[in-house]
Amino acid sequence: MSVLLIAEHNNKELRPFTYNAVTAASKINEDLHVLILGNKSESVAKAASEIPLVKKVIHVDNEIFENFTAENYTSTIIKHADNYSQIVSSANTFGKNLMPRVAALMDTSQISDIINVISEDTFLRPIYAGNAFATVKSTDKKKCITIRPTSFDPAPSTGGSAEIVKSEPGEKFESSKFVKREEIKSDRPELGTARVVISGGRGMQNSDNFKLITAIADKLNAAIGASRAAVDAGYITNDHQVGQTGKVVVPDLYIAVGISGAIQHLAGMKESKIIVAINKDGEAPIFSVADYGLEADLFEALPQFLDELNKLNSIQK
Amino acid sequence: MKILVAVKRVIDYNVQIRVKDDGTGVVTDNVKMSTNPPDDNAIEEAVKIKESGKAKEVVAITIGDDKAQETVRKALAVGADRGIHVKVEGIIEPLAVSKILKKIVEKENPDLVFMGKQAIDDDCNQTGQMLAAILNWPQATFASKIDVKEKSLEVTREIDEGLETIEVNIPAIVTCDLRLNEPRYASLPNIMKAKKKPLEQLNASDLGVDTKARIEQIKVEEPPKRKAGIKVASVTELVQKLKNEAKVI
Repeated sequence: MSVLLIAEHNNKELRPFTYNAVTAASKINEDLHVLILGNKSESVAKAASEIPLVKKVIHVDNEIFENFTAENYTSTIIKHADNYSQIVSSANTFGKNLMPRVAALMDTSQISDIINVISEDTFLRPIYAGNAFATVKSTDKKKCITIRPTSFDPAPSTGGSAEIVKSEPGEKFESSKFVKREEIKSDRPELGTARVVISGGRGMQNSDNFKLITAIADKLNAAIGASRAAVDAGYITNDHQVGQTGKVVVPDLYIAVGISGAIQHLAGMKESKIIVAINKDGEAPIFSVADYGLEADLFEALPQFLDELNKLNSIQK
Repeated sequence: MKILVAVKRVIDYNVQIRVKDDGTGVVTDNVKMSTNPPDDNAIEEAVKIKESGKAKEVVAITIGDDKAQETVRKALAVGADRGIHVKVEGIIEPLAVSKILKKIVEKENPDLVFMGKQAIDDDCNQTGQMLAAILNWPQATFASKIDVKEKSLEVTREIDEGLETIEVNIPAIVTCDLRLNEPRYASLPNIMKAKKKPLEQLNASDLGVDTKARIEQIKVEEPPKRKAGIKVASVTELVQKLKNEAKVI
């Protein structure tokens, strides 16, 4: 039996986390097949076939997949599930929305958000906002699994030539309708995959002050993150939220500015390689995870930080 | 219109979690428990819809041991009309929870089922989607705005790329994000009144649902600890450390 990965894409290309999910899926089972459900999505199927770890691509092209709704995806996934012992996807909002719907119809108890593959049925996953790690074993015959993308390296994207098999969609779901998507377009690196992330919290005081963060992000080619408090207060949009109920990031450098470091925020960033905390409260919990802590008023520290960066001869991008 | 809202009792979000020495789980004895935070948003939204005149009844349901009733009482204190407690002992997986909820839905015939998008204990993020699947209802997950229309809901969902709006026909399942609303606090008189509101008790076994675990928990352990860092005295020192010691800029 093989493993089936449900690819996340935008009808033109695979979303970056699909490559991380490929790595995890092939650790579960080397006979990895990728299912592409899209509309006018030939280029996506081709990209998947070029991933060396992929053994076969199943491509279902139909207008019902234009907006990737879980209801339409599910019937088609179930239709193709017979030959697979595991069905996997990324544990981001795409996979979180989709996979439980698939699992329930297969009468399988899903394993969410794995961070390591121990064997084909046993996995490591964080619980309680990452304050404990659970090793869990699925006893279901068919397993549905979502993968925390940042815990696995992206798979090489070229050099493969897997067979692409065309297939047919399942039933269309009539009771749900896509209305619109407001995507925040940005030239910056994506938060989930950026090498450097600089985040602001409640200490930023208002949205205008995020300019101080933006200026440094420009200099470091960094993605911009935020604590839930900053998003709730309306300083910045929800797609920037890092934490238990937002995004999980694992950059080489994470700079937390004016963030106290509630456990829910730490859940989203404490695996970062180097953590910097800038906060005027020396007792803030963020300092307990920071490699370099600077106890300072951010409104003085950030302009100085930019000045110091400008003085450097070179900056890694 | 009738709204069923599912609430779960979890370790309070402010509690520092401790892993048991024997690796069987986390310490729950003498630990503050409360309603799973986004479930509070689910109750609040249902009560607001009722207050707007668009719903007639809000029913709160919880599944768990006897103490789980506290979460239903809290929901009653902020405006739910009556409660249901389905008693089970021990850990119960989202698949089994969704099957129990399906039985209750078949009995109660609600137009909408609300719950939090994820429980902050097991962080599974599954139950709403699973219930939608086995009822063959549409699902509106991670909702940050709900607009109730005559026969449908327009729901804004928080997704990784930003926001998405979908329209789902009623009956539907909605899983709520923390940004959906600001849950109210229960006033003392309302807490007293809630004690008199009806709370029905059922046993999971009477509903004919198999709640046996499908996932074996082999061990629970502390995550690796980060090495203690240092405090730097100035921005200049910070930048030098990042450049020359950590070599990340």
